[in-house]
Amino acid sequence: MSAVAPATVRPVEPATEVDPWVQPFARLESGALFPQQPAWVFPLRKAGLARFAELGLPTLAHEDWRFTNVAPLKGLPFAPTLAAPTQRLADGELDARPFARLPGDRLVFLDGHFVPGLSRVGTASGGGVVTSLAAAFRTHAGLLERHLTRYAHGSANPFTALNDAYFTDGALIHVPAGRVIEHPVQLVFVASGEEEGRAQHVRNLILAEAGSQFTVVEHYLGRGTATTVTNAVTEVVAADQVVMDHLKFQDESRAAYHFAAVHADLGRASQVNLHSFALGSRVSRHNIHTALNGEGLECVLNGLYLTDGDQLADHYMVVEHAQPHTASHEYFNGILEGRSRGVFHGRILVRPGAQKTDAKQTNKNLLLSDDATVNTKPQLEIYADDVKCTHGATVGQLPPEQIFYLRSRGLPLETARRMLIHAFAGEIIDRVRCAPLREELDRLVWDRLEQDTQIQVGPHA
Amino acid sequence: MNTTSILDIKNLHAGVAGKAILKGISLTIGPGEVHAVMGPNGSGKSTLAAVLAGREGYDITAGEARYLGQDLLELDPEERARAGLFLAFQYPVEIPGVNSTYFLKSALNEQRKHRGLPELDAIEFLKLVKEKIKLLDLNEDLLKRAVNVGFSGGEKKRNEIFQMAVLDPTLAVLDETDSGLDIDALRVVSEGVNKLKAPGKAQLVITHYQRLLNHIVPDYVHVLMEGRIVRSGGKELALELEERGYDWISRELQLAA
Ligand SMILES: Nc1ncnc2c1ncn2[C@@H]1O[C@H](COP(=O)(O)OP(=O)(O)O)[C@@H](O)[C@H]1O
Ligand SMILES: [Mg+2]
Repeated sequence: MSAVAPATVRPVEPATEVDPWVQPFARLESGALFPQQPAWVFPLRKAGLARFAELGLPTLAHEDWRFTNVAPLKGLPFAPTLAAPTQRLADGELDARPFARLPGDRLVFLDGHFVPGLSRVGTASGGGVVTSLAAAFRTHAGLLERHLTRYAHGSANPFTALNDAYFTDGALIHVPAGRVIEHPVQLVFVASGEEEGRAQHVRNLILAEAGSQFTVVEHYLGRGTATTVTNAVTEVVAADQVVMDHLKFQDESRAAYHFAAVHADLGRASQVNLHSFALGSRVSRHNIHTALNGEGLECVLNGLYLTDGDQLADHYMVVEHAQPHTASHEYFNGILEGRSRGVFHGRILVRPGAQKTDAKQTNKNLLLSDDATVNTKPQLEIYADDVKCTHGATVGQLPPEQIFYLRSRGLPLETARRMLIHAFAGEIIDRVRCAPLREELDRLVWDRLEQDTQIQVGPHA
Repeated sequence: MNTTSILDIKNLHAGVAGKAILKGISLTIGPGEVHAVMGPNGSGKSTLAAVLAGREGYDITAGEARYLGQDLLELDPEERARAGLFLAFQYPVEIPGVNSTYFLKSALNEQRKHRGLPELDAIEFLKLVKEKIKLLDLNEDLLKRAVNVGFSGGEKKRNEIFQMAVLDPTLAVLDETDSGLDIDALRVVSEGVNKLKAPGKAQLVITHYQRLLNHIVPDYVHVLMEGRIVRSGGKELALELEERGYDWISRELQLAA
């Protein structure tokens, strides 16, 4: 590469551009930061770093990032939270937070480091594992070596590569064959938000053995006001006949940048639902990659984004039908206010031989202000001939004929609007299979809508 | 003005985006009366119903409509409903995600609240529903669904009259409730409507065909053509129309002109 690049053509030299994200890696070279980690981990990190350096930070010129500008990250320091934070989470600090009252296992992390005092584990015993990744490097090293980074590997997403390099902690969930876990396993990731540029890199691995049934919630929240970065990667392996809901609830601070990716490898006759609720962050990007690797499986990608102000919520999906007789259904609804933006990118890839694929995709958007915008982009790549693929997108206001119908029965305009907005969000919430979780989500989303929207609450409501 | 009338429309002109649709309607409906408005497609029947119910998007260019002595056209649609006006839609609207029972209970209680009546609790409401739903021979399971979603055409129409039965309006405007109904359903719906007749209440039945009026017998029949009421009479006018068709009136009007 030429040392003197003409400034007009190439404003930034890639080699120097990634420097701020590459340099902190030197702290990992000595091995002092994660002394417990087996020897095979460091090369994975190093490979991730190299891949990131190669990919660079995405720009708007990149097809997958056309609508989501991450350039402001360049104006932030990059401070990966490699060492445990000096701050503490107070004992009752999470009590008033969402899902706090749901029973079941819970792992709590602050800036990507495990907080044992607020965590509880026990219900998934009987051969199962719910533990922090850091601990699992000691107790389940073999399992991790077999799986960690295997499913997200090769991703073209620079943030995933960066996560490989810098991940600190996260969860290992391993559910044995046939086991049914009643209560959702909660993973709570708190960003301290007290220092500009703090970047937590969390990594989760969920291994569901054949026929197991359970729900996992990844809950991201922030407590400070500084501009922080979250970069999370979750790998999911669902064996045959697994019935699982994975739900991400993202409600970080309005200053935060949130990047996350879920890579799910799905087995025969499994029924996996991957949900994404995006409420917080200034900019959020959630990637879901599913590999439909077993006949007769059905997978649902289900999401709701609520944005206002200058928020941007980006969902990027890749559904890969790799075997015959698989079904995928994507349902994403957005409710947008202010000058906020929603992005939906849904790629459906049907591999040769994946006959009888049934792929359905819908993205519906409700614009509650004139300045909100949505970019929705379906992308179908079909290399088999006997398939059914449909997609549809809508962007609009509340249907006036529905509003009139409700008002004509005596309901005030505000109530009519609220009913319709609630119904729109409810379509998504209703697909969460775990009832207590669904009910809590309904309440949370509704509270948020009441707070954010210009809708006046009637005197009796 | 007749203060004892329920609805009093005078010289009403209305249109959409500069296009005149209603061109001087006058109509007075008294308590206990059933009026029929008949007219060919496109004559303005649904526009009249929509303007009365308060749908947005119409320009009222002249005339007035008074309901129980108040200026109807001043009121929001919900205020009209609370004052006892009900429109059975020609095309009932599907509302995905809004449960039928929840919707109707909210609507009823909203109306009751505005009339100073106590709101009904879930049990009282269910009792009322069970009583009224029999009237329409409607499957109770429909009420577990979203409003009009997955209803057949006939079920939608019966659901309109079921809502009317629950809300018990003072003035019901039925816009082509007969269209899309087979003869049995037509009988059930008409019987339902007839049972809701009461001395202090009135009905405005809009239809294209005379057959509905065999079941809902009007006191007055008005013929609407090109936005004007061109003829009014008793129920025998409907029969005459059935026999001779709308063309007969057109021709007579042309002769007179
Ligand atoms: N929203 C509208 N915009 C434009 N034209 C309309 C609208 N509503 C009704 N019209 C026109 O007004 C006339 C009367 O329509 P309508 O009231 O629906 O008649 P009817 O119910 O008697 O069939 C028709 O020519 C129709 O096309
Ligand atoms: Mg009509």
